[in-house]
Order: sequence, then structure tokens, then C-alpha cells
Amino acid sequence: MSSLEIRNLHVSTGDKEIVKGVSLTINSGEVHAIMGPNGAGKSSMAKAIAGHPDYLITEGEVLLDAKSVLEMESDERARAGIFLAFQYPSEVPGVSIANFLRAAIQARMAEGEEIDAAAYYKRLYEKMDLLKIDRKFTSRSVNEGFSGGEKKRSEILQMAMLEPRFALMDETDSGLDIDALKIVAEGVNHLRGPNLGVLLITHYQRLLNYIVPDHVHVMIDGRLVKSGDRTLALELESKGYGWVKKEFANA
Amino acid sequence: MSDTPETDTLEATMDNPVSGIDQSSGNFKYDMTYDFDAGTGLNERTVDYISSVKKEARWLHDFRQSALKVFESKPLPTHWATKDLENINFDKIRYYLSQGQKPKRTWAEVPDDIKATFERLGIPEQERKFLAGVEAQFDSEAAYSNIKEAVAKQGVIFMNSTEGLREHPEIFRKFFGKVIPTGDNKFSALNSAVFSGGSFIYVPPGVKVSHPLQAYFRINAESFGQFERTLIIADEGAELTYMEGCTAPKFSTATLHSAVVELVALKGAKIQYITVQNWSSNVFNLVTKRGLAHEDAEIKWIDCNIGSRLTMKYPGVVLKGRKSRGEVISIALANDGQHQDTGAKMVHAADETTSTVVSKSISVGQGRATYRGVVHIPRHLKGCKNNTECDALLINTNSRTDTYPAITVRGDHHKVQHEASVSKVSAEQIFYMQQRGLTEGQAMSLSVNGFINDLARQFPMEYSVELKRLIDLEMEGSVG
Repeated sequence: MSSLEIRNLHVSTGDKEIVKGVSLTINSGEVHAIMGPNGAGKSSMAKAIAGHPDYLITEGEVLLDAKSVLEMESDERARAGIFLAFQYPSEVPGVSIANFLRAAIQARMAEGEEIDAAAYYKRLYEKMDLLKIDRKFTSRSVNEGFSGGEKKRSEILQMAMLEPRFALMDETDSGLDIDALKIVAEGVNHLRGPNLGVLLITHYQRLLNYIVPDHVHVMIDGRLVKSGDRTLALELESKGYGWVKKEFANA
Repeated sequence: MSDTPETDTLEATMDNPVSGIDQSSGNFKYDMTYDFDAGTGLNERTVDYISSVKKEARWLHDFRQSALKVFESKPLPTHWATKDLENINFDKIRYYLSQGQKPKRTWAEVPDDIKATFERLGIPEQERKFLAGVEAQFDSEAAYSNIKEAVAKQGVIFMNSTEGLREHPEIFRKFFGKVIPTGDNKFSALNSAVFSGGSFIYVPPGVKVSHPLQAYFRINAESFGQFERTLIIADEGAELTYMEGCTAPKFSTATLHSAVVELVALKGAKIQYITVQNWSSNVFNLVTKRGLAHEDAEIKWIDCNIGSRLTMKYPGVVLKGRKSRGEVISIALANDGQHQDTGAKMVHAADETTSTVVSKSISVGQGRATYRGVVHIPRHLKGCKNNTECDALLINTNSRTDTYPAITVRGDHHKVQHEASVSKVSAEQIFYMQQRGLTEGQAMSLSVNGFINDLARQFPMEYSVELKRLIDLEMEGSVG
């Protein structure tokens, strides 16, 4: 059982403070959803936790199993088990998904240890079958010329192969039609389990119909202003963010 | 084929100029005795000396001497090329150097970083010693003879150019210096004056050589020459693939390397010439390579340049016969302090000729990659096609790339396409890859390998695997 603890996190990009003191603990097996309007700081927080160089943590802590990750490079954090499913995944021209994932897995192995290619492909194909991804997909260059749905499915496939302890899913539903959304959600549900903690960042409650969260948090202007269970998401859908904002302003 | 096998072995040993490791980085002394040594500097006596050591015919001796005059009369091409050429001190260079004895260095004296490089590249133990100058010659005469024997059954002549001149002067002389005349440029003239080593191949009409002929150290030590001269003739309908070089770093104390390679593809013949070179960073590598394609013939250059201080190399094809085809595929990687000035030359001289140039360069750190392309299609021709594509990848913000395409097309019955692109490995892309667990260096390597992937696939498997490892090594130092 692992935990990812975010303590009084402040994040700036450029001179601007975006995240203004967020505290949140995610345990293995839990799915937390963070909802909030555009510009609330949801994505910035995820990127900062993953170690993006443009998002500076000015105050606070991020602890993976009680150990700070802030001194770690982004790749060390990744190998330690933090996975970020990107809202806009980058293209890596000329590098096939199969080779990319292979390199990523190889990077997790001890020096001198070599990946077993046959076993790797067997596992890759199993995961692809599970996620209903065509096998031809593996020979395509990472994200190059992918549709929105393909990009998101590629992120889920990578997550399935890399088996992180915590997955930060940044607007995984954006740009997806309902069919693609269902497929992606089904993939995440497959991966859900006692060894994985998920932070699901979303703008819309729609995704939460398919990935049912254990906890829902509302983020406004860089702060978590309300937390609750699944019913909070439904409430937000019917009432909009306005009432939370008002409630927050009055508090 | 040869009635004096002892001489072959001796020749190969003598002509091996890979005399040591870059001493500036190794910082150790290296004593060696040369049986034949032309001393430093270049004059008529040096040329006399080389010619007499090689027991050459009169015509060749005269050919060398007149080439020397051309070399001396030609200025350095600094009006278009880099001024760095002025740093070559022609008086301090040894133009002919033979090892008559085994070098006395031991493996223990070879610097650790060089050993580590061999390790990383997976170079077999025996070859490492040769490359590091611990052994004068890699003992693979057996493999070489096997290949020679196998192809000899098909009537193929495959030997070093010294042998070729001696044993097949009637073929050699007919084609030698015809594709690249002595006066083509200053360095082709230099090579014509002092050349030694290189390969001579003749493939008879209709013969298709199934296995690539290789002339790198694994087979023929002499091909490591400073001033190699290679001549390949594919007679009508013949086909062959030739490979030179290897991805292992070549540590050389000789700072000037200037080869000339001439290819002749007669009617309907096909020649594919593959080069992978990785010079140490003190080397000026100034090479002239050109092929002559007769009717319906095809010449393809696949060229990969890594390392060196300055490489200038523009493989070319003269499309002399109707419907002939020429192709250049080139990969260049310029690391800190290195300048890769490469490109292609396509001269259309007949109707319905086709040329293709695909060039990819990578500049790392303060490395500089230059592309120069010449495509010439004169007015009186019909139905010629050229497609040029050059892509540059910049790794760091201080990396540099320049492109000088010179496409002269006259007349209006031709199809010409030119595409160029410059891209950078973006910070976002590196973050994405790091987020999957790759270190920054690994992410860079993978991006670079991805960039050249479609070209690397055209290399033989063994070469492309080595190439990938080599890029990994080159990229390691580029971040941080």
C-alpha cells in the first residue's frame, strides 16, 4: 500500500502563482477526481507533481510513501511510480510505440539487465487486446498523426505497460466523443485496483459516469474548496460551479 | 589471383596507418618504428618515394607527379568552404607511413574511456585491440580470402588498389581518374599524388554479387588508409553492394584523411556504396566520391558521417546514360567542435534521368552541420527528375545548421522538387519522454534515432544497430 501526499502545494509558472496551497492524500486503490473550471490550476498541479520544468513548486511538499520527490528529476519520479497521462501528448517522430515503451521499460531495469523481447511483446499484445487496440498501432510513431481518441488510448496503453503506483490523468476526456470516452474509461477501469491510485482531472462530470471516483474535489482559483463523494460531482453538474464559488466566497 | 601471397599480407600490414590513439586525449607516449616512412611534408621526392616503395609503373609515377603539381597550384576552396581548412599544416603531415613492426603498446595503456567506448559499442575483443593500436592488424585474412574466393568464382575481382594496379592494369587504367579527374579539386589532386590503399573491384557483365563486399577493418586493414583510392566497376547488367568503414571510433594520429572513390556502372548495372564513418575529433576528412551511371544504370550512395573535426564530402552521380538513376542518402551528426559539411552532387547529362537526395543532419551542442547540394539539369535534356529533401535537427540552442542547395534546371520538361526542414527537439517532447522514465540523455537519443529512423533502416542490420548505439553514446554528453 502506497500513498501520494500533497501538502500545502504552491505552484508558479513565470511570475504567476497558479496553485495556492493544496493538500490532498491519495492512497493506493483510491480514485480521486479533481473538478474545476478552466484556469483553476488543476493541470498545473499535475505537471508540477510530475516535475515539469516550467512549473515551479514554491512552497509545500509532495511525498511518495512519505519520501519527498521534489529533489528528483522528472524521469526519477516516473520510475518511482508517478505517471502523468497528458492532456496534449507530444509527438515523437520516427519512434514507434513499441520501441518507445520498450525503451521506457528498459530504463526501469538495472544496469546490465536486458529486456526479454518475446515476453515484452506478449505482454504488450495482451494489454492491447484488453484495451481493444489494433496491433498495427504499435508500429506507428508515438502520437504522430494520431486522432484525439488514439492519443488518449496510447496514453492508457503506456500506463498499462508501465504499471505506475499513481496515475495523474490530465483532462483525459478532453477531445473525445462519447464512444472514445467509453473505451478510455473502460481501460482505466481495467487498470483500477489495489495497487494503483488515480488522480483524475476533469472539467466535466461526464467522465465520472464511466469512471466512478471514490472522492471528488472542487478546485477554484488554485485551491481545493470543497470535497465530497460521487454525489458532489452530480451536484456540480446540475448547479454548475457558480454555487461552489459563491459558497467559497461567503466562507 | 595473386602469386605472391606473402606480399599481400605484408602490404596490408605496411599500409595500415591506424597508428595510434588520439594522443591529446590519451596523453601517453607511443613509440613506433616505421619500416617505410616518407617523412613529413610533401614534395616531388615524397611522391617518388611512395611510387618506388610500391614498385609502380612509369605511367603511374608520372600520374602522381603531375597530380602533385595540380595540388600545389590549386588554392584552398575557402571562398566557399570553411576557413578551418587553413589550419591544415601540409608540411607536418606524413603522406606515407607503413608499419613494419607491431606496435609496442599494451592493452593496459589504452585509456579507460576508449575501452569503455568499445565496450558500449560491443566491439569484439580482438577488434578492439586492433582499433586501439595494440595490434597492428586484425587477423582476418581467412575471412577476406573466403570472400575473395567466393566472388572469384563469379569472375569478380576484389582486391586492394595496389594489387589491382599491378595485376589488372588494363582494367584499372581504363577507368582510373576518369570519373574524378585529378584536377577536380585540391584534395582529389592530393589523393592522386599520394594515394595508397583502398579497394579495386570489377564485376563482370550480368554478375549479381549476392553478399555485400566489405572493406573495413574486419576484412582488409589496408582500407583504413589516409589517402585511399577506390575504384569499382560494374560491367553491363552487373550488381553489387559495397560497404566501407565501421561505427567504431577510429583513433588516428594522422590528422588529414583524403580519399577518392570512383564508381562506374555500365549499361544496366547497379552499384550501392555504403559508408559509415566515425573519425576522432582531430581529423580533417576531405573526401571526393563520384559515380558514373551509363544507360539504365543505377548508383546509390548511402553515407553516414559521425565525428571528425571537419568532414567535407558530397557524393555525386553523373547521369550519363539515358534513364540512369542516382541516389544519395546521407546522415551526418556534428557534435561539439565538429563540422559536418556534406551533401550531394547530381549532374544530369542524358534524357529521362532521375536523381534523389535525402539528407538528414543532427547538430549537437556547438556542432555545425552544413548541407550543400548541386543539381544540374541542362536545357537540351528532356524528362529529367530530381527530388531533394534535407532535414536538419538541432539539439541545443547553440547548435547550427546551414543549407546551400544549388539547383540549376534549364528547360521546361523536367520535374524538380526540393524540401527542407529544420526542427528542434522541443522541451515539451523531452519532458514527455522523461515522464515515461527515460533520462534526458536517453530521451535525446531516442529522438535522434527517431529522426533518422527511415534512413537508418536502409543500412544493413548490423550497421543500423551499431549506429543506434553510437548515437546513444554521442548524445550522452549533450545534456546537462
